Amino acid sequence: MCVNSIGIKIRHGNLQFRGSSASTLAGVNMTIPAKQWTVLLGRSGSGKTTILRYLAGLLDDQVEWQGEIEVSGNDVSAENIVLHDHIAYMAQQDLLLPWLNVLDNVCLSSRFSSVAPNKEQDKQRALSLLEQVGLADNAYMTPAQLSGGMRQRVALARTLMQDKPLVLMDEPFSALDAVTRHKLQTLSVSLLKGKTLVLITHDPQEAVRLADQLYVLQGTPAQAQQLDVPESSPPRKLDAECAALQQAILDQLEKDYE
Amino acid sequence: MSDMAQYHSVSTRLSKKERITYSALRLVISTAVILGLWQIVVVAFQMPSFILPSPIAVLDRLGTRYDVLLKHTWVTAQEILLGLGLGLTMGLLFALMMLMFQPLKRWLLPILIASQAIPVFAIAPVMMLWLGYGIASKVVIAAIIIFFPVTTCCYDGLRNTPIGYLDLAKTMGASKWQLLRHIQFPAALPTLASGIRVAVVIAPIGAVVGEWVGSSEGLGYLMLQANARMIIDEMFAALFILAVLSITLYFTTDIVLKKAIPWENK
Repeated sequence: MCVNSIGIKIRHGNLQFRGSSASTLAGVNMTIPAKQWTVLLGRSGSGKTTILRYLAGLLDDQVEWQGEIEVSGNDVSAENIVLHDHIAYMAQQDLLLPWLNVLDNVCLSSRFSSVAPNKEQDKQRALSLLEQVGLADNAYMTPAQLSGGMRQRVALARTLMQDKPLVLMDEPFSALDAVTRHKLQTLSVSLLKGKTLVLITHDPQEAVRLADQLYVLQGTPAQAQQLDVPESSPPRKLDAECAALQQAILDQLEKDYE
Repeated sequence: MSDMAQYHSVSTRLSKKERITYSALRLVISTAVILGLWQIVVVAFQMPSFILPSPIAVLDRLGTRYDVLLKHTWVTAQEILLGLGLGLTMGLLFALMMLMFQPLKRWLLPILIASQAIPVFAIAPVMMLWLGYGIASKVVIAAIIIFFPVTTCCYDGLRNTPIGYLDLAKTMGASKWQLLRHIQFPAALPTLASGIRVAVVIAPIGAVVGEWVGSSEGLGYLMLQANARMIIDEMFAALFILAVLSITLYFTTDIVLKKAIPWENK
């Protein structure tokens, strides 16, 4: 089954860790439209990573979930889509395996593939992806020889290599310096065009710059609140409108501390 | 920029070369100093040769009796290497079983700890009884003595895989065995390597203790024999070979592990 695009609707999502007395998420309503960037913004501990990890299928044996997740695909058989088979995951740490070189890290997913991988074809594709992220000359280096920004670009290439319609990103740019972050955001938007993105971040500027849809997660248990974003398409230049939105987000988030 | 990089790599290569030269030099100097002090002590205090033979006498003995010494060295070396092989294999298997079958862990862990509660010297006579005076009993004693550090290191390494690596591989659809083979095992290698380093240091102890309890060949046997017949310089010659053997084994292992696991200290 070939799925080119995926959209998700979450209704009345409740999530509780087993052995915990309180819910982490309650009454979460969220629409993640296909082929757009949906940004979840919230403080540390607001439950944003929990949503992402749940969608990635990493919490299945640790949590109780109540609510509806409606997955819509591009074809008729969309009801049968198993979400976990169609995601790629990118985390704050680049998660490059130190025992593999850059090229092998990019090709990592083929090691776990159920179909026998075509090694030569994979290699050519990985090399061309490395070229797209500007690391064509570094393919045979070890991750330890690269800078933080370069490592995260390798992680981006690895995500692209998986070629999944839904990409989940957990603060992938937060450990980078401002300029590197800015460049990598722009690069990611252009290379991930046509995919459904869920990005979580605690940086209002990043959220304003990249979001087609913007949700703020707040409260305990966390609820999602949608904010309007400027009409221009991401990645946005930071103008007065963006600055105003940023300020509004900060005001909103500060309420948590009261 | 590329000039800078070139300069940098040349300078690190030089300093690495220097490092090796200096450490070799240090080894030679410290050995010479120790031998010198030894000789001075023997001469200054007029030590009788049946208490402390001079290094010259020991070196002389090494030269004249090299065939006998070599024969016994070969036996002890075999015991150490086979013991290492057996102990490492058992430790690795044990750790894997505890990892993959959680309920089994509750049964195996007490056995593992009990294997440490009994002093290995105390089971040496039992091993002699069961496995005879030959090489087998020493191999098993050496294996038992390294079993605990290897198993715990291996188990800790396998258990403490960075959660992010596991998450990533799981989202890529990795099965339990694929996780073990491609993520957990390589991630455990640095911890396992420190276990192997410890094992390499203590395995010779097991082999020699085994030889003391009962044997007809090996360096430990030779030392007891020489001691009983008051040929003290031969005893020292055997001791010297044993030390060289252990040190060589350690440094060889260290170099091999560093080559095999270059990401270990990063």
